[in-house]
Amino acid sequence: MADKKSLTFVLMDPPFENPRTTTALRLIDLAVRRGHDVNVFAYEGAVYVAFAKQTPHANAVHGRDVEQEDHPIPKDWVAAILAEGVKSGSKIDWVQCGLCVDERGAGECVEGPRRGSPADLLKFAETSDNTLVIPTK
Amino acid sequence: MPKRILQVVDSAYRATLEEQDDTVLWITQAMKGAGGDLSVLLRGSAVNYAVRGQDASGLAFGGKRQTQPPRLAEDVAKLVEKGIEVFVVSDDLAERGLERGDLIAGPKAVSREELPQLFAPYDMVWHW
Repeated sequence: MADKKSLTFVLMDPPFENPRTTTALRLIDLAVRRGHDVNVFAYEGAVYVAFAKQTPHANAVHGRDVEQEDHPIPKDWVAAILAEGVKSGSKIDWVQCGLCVDERGAGECVEGPRRGSPADLLKFAETSDNTLVIPTK
Repeated sequence: MPKRILQVVDSAYRATLEEQDDTVLWITQAMKGAGGDLSVLLRGSAVNYAVRGQDASGLAFGGKRQTQPPRLAEDVAKLVEKGIEVFVVSDDLAERGLERGDLIAGPKAVSREELPQLFAPYDMVWHW
């Protein structure tokens, strides 16, 4: 890929709270599908985006059981993006802010993300073509 | 040469009681410690971080007292001590009835009109 870029995304929101999480993952997914290398720094509540214990539920208001409901689960989106990276040749480095993980008890996440620190974010920023911060408001 | 990063803090007092600090000021100090070249611009309600005399102590739930409150003005002063330039938007101060004498020493006031020139030398501007 001649114009392969390295892009860093900083996420801050927890899942299931506002549309920024979905929007951020759509941007990351698009970059990965196009074969760009992607770094993600999950800061504060965003460490829960890849949290392994997220569980889909049925929805009586919708009148659907758990299978029919196909409840969106962000950890599955993260796993799918990581799998897409293998197909597209996109190198994905997803870092979970370690202190943010500890204070939330969010140590269990899907396979792929690693524990890190602000030093990883600095390294990402220094080595990327660009960095996008998507903060909690 | 490290890339120059300007951290624009707009959302103020975002979980500061739980975190005991502003998480952007915190990560700025941490990244500076890792060798980064960072500055901070306080705008909107975040200009209040530079106001002296803030006291967030006294939080208690039942018998559980929180002994270490956030100290935002001290944190801003520490940034300056560590060589991190801190700017505050003067128009945002004025809109909130704040004057220069209300602020701690260290932060530099810039007007909204001056922001493009302020942004220009930075490699990255991160809007939090």
